[in-house]
Amino acid sequence: MEEASVKLLELTDVTIRFGGLVAVSGLTFHVNPGELVGLIGPNGAGKTTVFNIITGVCPPTSGSIVFSGVSVGGQRPYQITARGISRTFQNIRLFSSLSIFDNVRTAFNLHLKNGFFGSVWRGGSFRTEEAEVRREALELLEIFGLAAYADLPCRSLSYGDQRRLEIVRALATRPKLLLLDEPAAGMNATEKLELMKLIQFTKERFGLSVLLVEHDMKVVMGICERIAVIEYGRKIAEGTPAQIQKDAKVIAAYLGEEASDARS
Amino acid sequence: MKSKISLLIAVLFFGWLSFCFSGHREASWPLPQFDGYLLSILILIGINIVSAVSLNLVNGHTGQFSLGHAGFMAVGAYGSAWITLIHGKEILSLMGVFVSMPAECLFLIALLFGGLFAAVTGLIVGIPSLRLRGDYLAIVTLGFGEIIRVILQNSDALGGARGLAGIASYTTLGWTFGVAALAIYVVGTLVNSTYGRGFLAVRDDEIAAEAMGINTTKYKVVAFAVGAFFSGLAGGLYAHFIGYINPEGFNFLKSVDVVVIVILGGMGSTAGVTVAAVVLTLLNELLRQTEQYRMIVFALLLIVLMILRPQGLIADFGRLLPWRRRA
Amino acid sequence: MNEFLQQLINGISLGSVYALIALGYTMVYGVLRFINFAHGDVFMIGAFSAMFGHSLIKRSGLVMPDWLVALVVLTLSMVVGALLGTLIEKLAYKPLRERPRLTVLITAIGVSLLLEYVGQLVFGAAPRGFPSLIESKSLGGFGSLQLSSVQITVVLVSGGLLMGLRAIVMRTRMGLSMRALSLNPTAAALMGVNTNVVISFTFGLGSALAAAGGVFYASLYQAIDPFMGVLPGMKAFIAAVLGGIGVLPGAALGGVLLGVLETLVVGYSKVLGIPSGFRDAVAFLILILILLFKPTGLLGKAHREKV
Repeated sequence: MEEASVKLLELTDVTIRFGGLVAVSGLTFHVNPGELVGLIGPNGAGKTTVFNIITGVCPPTSGSIVFSGVSVGGQRPYQITARGISRTFQNIRLFSSLSIFDNVRTAFNLHLKNGFFGSVWRGGSFRTEEAEVRREALELLEIFGLAAYADLPCRSLSYGDQRRLEIVRALATRPKLLLLDEPAAGMNATEKLELMKLIQFTKERFGLSVLLVEHDMKVVMGICERIAVIEYGRKIAEGTPAQIQKDAKVIAAYLGEEASDARS
Repeated sequence: MKSKISLLIAVLFFGWLSFCFSGHREASWPLPQFDGYLLSILILIGINIVSAVSLNLVNGHTGQFSLGHAGFMAVGAYGSAWITLIHGKEILSLMGVFVSMPAECLFLIALLFGGLFAAVTGLIVGIPSLRLRGDYLAIVTLGFGEIIRVILQNSDALGGARGLAGIASYTTLGWTFGVAALAIYVVGTLVNSTYGRGFLAVRDDEIAAEAMGINTTKYKVVAFAVGAFFSGLAGGLYAHFIGYINPEGFNFLKSVDVVVIVILGGMGSTAGVTVAAVVLTLLNELLRQTEQYRMIVFALLLIVLMILRPQGLIADFGRLLPWRRRA
Repeated sequence: MNEFLQQLINGISLGSVYALIALGYTMVYGVLRFINFAHGDVFMIGAFSAMFGHSLIKRSGLVMPDWLVALVVLTLSMVVGALLGTLIEKLAYKPLRERPRLTVLITAIGVSLLLEYVGQLVFGAAPRGFPSLIESKSLGGFGSLQLSSVQITVVLVSGGLLMGLRAIVMRTRMGLSMRALSLNPTAAALMGVNTNVVISFTFGLGSALAAAGGVFYASLYQAIDPFMGVLPGMKAFIAAVLGGIGVLPGAALGGVLLGVLETLVVGYSKVLGIPSGFRDAVAFLILILILLFKPTGLLGKAHREKV
């Protein structure tokens, strides 16, 4: 019972400066196990920066980041991924010269027992492991309907499918927490609906927590259990979708933008 | 099925090794003696395959464009020659205490020593270069190559600018193509494993690779060390083939020679680069009568290739091989 | 003390040549973000065109004062350099504008080798004597200090060219466009900057400076050969990195600094315990150190990759 109250990810008073610019300031927020949390805010509010802080791309200037009870602030991105945080990127970053299968396969890297010598010697344990990786990767691709194209170059996929492949690749690292950076960007209304189902399905199927940065209010309000709003690098509100929709500060922050931002 | 193939490879490998030790001293070994000129071309082809395939691991597969390859070859060449030439007799007599070993054993030790020494140099170069990308990395590795050359030029123990002469001709066809096969096998199997796909991921997108749990630093260091190891072997083979080495022979242009092979063959394609090593070594020989045009042709080749076909001329060669044609 | 001053003067005159070449690297890096490997070979062509220009004037029988000959020769080689630079850009680099930087780098290596070996074919591999453009006389008079007229002229004219460059970049419309392009190529293009023209101009300007550097270098050492540009080219690049690549005053500072450091290391090799043969390694060592400890260079600013 003790377990349930433990927070999966906890940011306390996190600040990051780039030269003179304070991109994120005094941010405190958390994700519970099994929760789907949304992180929203106007353009340039610092949402992606928060992702970069959590994943270790930009180490915070101050503040603590604790994941599953372990402090991960200042660790390298690959170490943080090994602890169970995986992500997708706002501007898709697949391994462009690799096949769809290889994109997923590569993400199994951190669980491999066979390193350089094992891969050159190709003994029994290597072959078992390769077969295991292949089976698991194809299984993941199968779940997301991409297995049929496994050997095609990833560039040949449609935009929406590339985003899906990024999710599959992130799942291959066997995360506990999945960070999705604007997964609905560039999608039409039907695709967005499918995406919402996909995110919820992924969360249930793999028993994940999800942290979602998203611009599209329909998507965020539709699936998130809790939402944090940031503006100019500070958290201005946090609560259920219903609470957020009524929050005066949030409305003030978004009103001007909503009027000019025809996307949502 | 696969285990049978490994068994076959193992048998071939040890067969080759035992043949290498069988005491044949003719450079043409294991073939019967034949035309010396043809033989030297064949051996040069083998050496170029070794250095190009190993450079390809760094420049092609891992995408860390290095221009200091000649430096690693120099370390391997000097390292191995230092063993056979200067400390050879000591070591032989030392070993002779236990068993009487053939000279081939000394050569093997020398080659390995040269290779390992080059690998350590590769680590020394690789670690500080890790923070750099693209053209910066290229110029820093070039700088390291030059520094190695300048150090050799100024070290009297290794002959200074005059170099080392009178190196025994241990290199045979068997040794050369044995090492070439080993290089192709190691690099080829490596990048075709899940572990090895990490090298390609580092090349394609370092940030995404880190985010997928790949220790990009370690991959780059491994690539540098393995690449340098085989370059060192290539250098050792070269030294014991030509019999004479000097620092000037491992200058920037030597690196460019290898880079041209890799680019022509297609960066990241082991099969393509192997073919390119054969083609370019032959082309080199054909153009030897018109030496002054040789580099002009290479330079034009680089420029035209980059504009029209940056993936290399024969990058897709591997797909044509029957055993690679899978669905 | 006198010896130190002497080394310093030698270093500054060599350094001002490095500075001239470094500016071309930095300017091209500023607008295109790549290292123009062939820059050192434009420097070589500059020196050769000065040599041919000089002998042409001498043979034509025109009577001109020495300073005018020197000026004409310098201008000629700068024009040749500028033309060559723009030509290289048009033929080799422009088709690769949107390609990965590595592709462009390899092309640049190709262009560099092409110029060197075509140079070898045309000019021959053996070093040739370079004519004295200005009378070489000692301007001694400060104790044992040896000031040669060539050194002083090189430093002064280089300084003048640097000032001229600064005026072009800071005061002219073209200079404004260059600065805009280096800050943000897309925005500059949207604001009506003709990027192709600006890039050509940048290459021309940088190459003209490199050619001038070639003339000065040849005047200092009085011998030229087709490969003379390789090492000074690389050292000038290192100077540009040392000063902060993309920053014009940085290139000038880095050039002078590198020239002085190199000369001092050679001059004091016995005291420092470094064989003078390590002269060429000094620059590369500086490059490695600067990239490790202050990769932005002395006057540069940091850039982040957007994730």
